[in-house]
Parts: sequence; C-alpha cells; structure tokens
Amino acid sequence: MALCSDVAVDGIHDLGGIQGFGPVEVEHDEPVFHADWERRVYRLTVAAMLAGHLNGRFRHAIERMDPARYLASPYYEHWLTATATGLVEGGLVTQEELDDRLGAPYPVARSTRAPRLDHPGPSVGESRYEVGDAVRVREWHPVGHTRAPRYVQGKPGVVVRLDGAFSLPDVEYHCDSIRLEPTYSVRFEALDLWGTPGDPVHVDLWESYLEPRQASING
Amino acid sequence: MGEGHHHPLPTTPVEDRVAALESLLVDKGILDPTAIDAVVEHYEHAVGPMNGAKVVARAWVDEAYRERLLADATAAIAELGFSGPEGDHMVVVQNTPEVHNAVVCTLCSCYPWPVLGLPPNWYKSPPYRSRMVREPRVLLAEMGCVVPEECEIRVWDSSAEVRYLVLPMRPAACDDLSEDKLAGLVTRDAMIGVARL
Repeated sequence: MALCSDVAVDGIHDLGGIQGFGPVEVEHDEPVFHADWERRVYRLTVAAMLAGHLNGRFRHAIERMDPARYLASPYYEHWLTATATGLVEGGLVTQEELDDRLGAPYPVARSTRAPRLDHPGPSVGESRYEVGDAVRVREWHPVGHTRAPRYVQGKPGVVVRLDGAFSLPDVEYHCDSIRLEPTYSVRFEALDLWGTPGDPVHVDLWESYLEPRQASING
Repeated sequence: MGEGHHHPLPTTPVEDRVAALESLLVDKGILDPTAIDAVVEHYEHAVGPMNGAKVVARAWVDEAYRERLLADATAAIAELGFSGPEGDHMVVVQNTPEVHNAVVCTLCSCYPWPVLGLPPNWYKSPPYRSRMVREPRVLLAEMGCVVPEECEIRVWDSSAEVRYLVLPMRPAACDDLSEDKLAGLVTRDAMIGVARL
C-alpha cells in the first residue's frame, strides 16, 4: 500500500488556477440539502464539532481524501469522510467498529504525514507589514495543512488590508496548542500569477507565509 | 486509519455510511445528532440571502450605515441581528462603476453563513474554485455576468478567517422604492459577485 502514503498539502483541494474543469454548472432554485443524507451529514458534523470531537482534524482530513474520490464525490461526502476520519484519529471510534457497523470497509482519509508539534512556537501580536508593503509569498510546500494556496506561492504581491491576529492553521492542525499570527489581504496581479494580463486576485495570508520584497522600480 | 485502511473506488452507498456512523456514535454514547436538529432547521430555513439583502438595502438608503458597513462590517451586520459561525470576521467590498468584486474560496468552501446561508453546490465545485482566480472575466461572462471592459474585476479568495460580502451598486431608476422593496431586488449571486443588478 506504499502508493497510498504520498499525501502533501499541494493536494487535490488546492484548486486555484488549475485548468481543464469546464463550465460551472448552476442549479436553479437549488435546495439547501439535496437529499436527507446530506442534511444528516451536516447535522452529524456540526454536532461533532460543537462537542469538540473534530478539533484541528476536520478540514485537513478532507484534504487527505483520495484525490479521485474527492473530485468525483458530492460535497457532503467530503464532510462524512472527514468526520469519520477525525473521530477515528481522535480515538472516539475505531476503524474496526466502523467496518463492523457498515459491514464493509469504511472509507476514511489517508493518514497525515506531518509530525505532531510539541510546541506551537511564539505568538506574534504586532503586524510586521503595513498596507502598501511589497511582499512575496514563501515558496515552500509543507506536508501538513496550510492556507497558502499553491498558485500564489513564490509570487509577488502588495498588502491591501490588515485583519489582525488569528490562530495559524499550519500549527493548530498539528499541535495541541495554537500560535497567533497577524493576517493580511494581499493583492496579486494577473501578470505575476499567470503570465498574461488580467484582473487581480486578493488572497488572505498569515504573516509567516510572507517575506519582504523590494518593490521593482520598473514595476 | 493506517495505510492498510485505504480503500479504492467503488465503495458502499453513502446513505449506508451515514447511518452506520450515526448509529455507532449514538450506541457508544458519544453524541446524539438529533440534539442539534434546531440548528439544522435554522440554517436550512431561517438563514439565507434574505439576510444579506437587508444589509445591502440598508446600505443603499442610509449613508451613515454604508460607511459603518465598509469600516467594520461585522459590527454593522450585527446591528441588523446577523452574526454567528462563518460570520465573525466580515469584510464588505463595494462595487463601483470602476470596480466589480467577486468572492471565491479556492481551498474549500468558506462562505458568510449569517448573511447568505449555506453555499450552493456550484460555489464549492472545482470549476468555480479553479477558474475564478485565473480567468474571472471569462467565467463571469459564462455565468451571465458581463463586466464592462473598463471595470476592474477584483477577486477575493477567502483563504483565512475573513468572510466577504459584495455590496452591489444600487440599480438605476429605483429611487422611489422602500428599503423592503429594494431588499427584494438583491440576489445571492450579486452578493457573491457572480451577477450584477
């Protein structure tokens, strides 16, 4: 089963900028839930979250789903798989119990490759950057959870808004404690992202995703 | 949960998996999902784009409210009674003749629940999430939203804790409408930025 082990954060969920998906299919007068099972998955997941059973596991579990299944399955199946995964990883239920109850192997997401962190590292309260500052997103590809989308990694941008400090997900999802860090909205020009002129994109990023950059005199 | 438990396609019907997990959790006394039926009912029926429409209509008729909304959206939206999960850190982006704003979550499905409810499937779909950042003008036009060439499209990828609401431009020739009637003109899609009023 070695082929199952390669899961990094540049996962199938990191969809920004990927080509080939075709038209957006809009369903008119779409119901909130399309079937009762979707409603039950929503209920089950929210209940487990409210009870604190999925802390720091849910979203990363979705990202660790089998890529082919991620693309092929309905949205609330992602939630179901991630909830089952989070409950197993949290020690509330076992894989064997799930398999027995279902009468078949119960699908869960792949294991994380990121190590548990013993210490979250120091929180940062004061923002390093100001509106108008030229920054660049660090080019790095951690094996755990992150909120730095692949399409902006290594790209230059300009800070347009400061949003205050929040728990850094890269730490929170792999540690029992949290690290607070300032977040920013950063504007990226289409030319820098895609190599062709177009409309700008703004991405909300934690401070440690960024590094300072000398703004080019030539633009 | 280890590597040995990864299962290839196909798998059992999703309904069976839901039932199995629910019954296991109940039998083990871990949680009773029915305890939050009222929460589900709330998000299915009581919360939706009609909330955001009230925010937009108020901003159209009350200049002081509009300024508060742009300065501190979370507080201004709470003035109308809307708050809660996925709405704790709101930012409102305002459309003008020069700027059209549109919102996406490329990494997952982040969406401002208190003002728009739960997101539609297309918002969570790979085509929307992949293309909205790369070719927003083309995609918007495909979705029936033609943005004038001279108008910049600003895409906002809600990749951290902020959730966005687009403040559309007030349609021309509706000066005599009441705030309630104006709210009736505001659509979910206009507040995501995939439609213009």
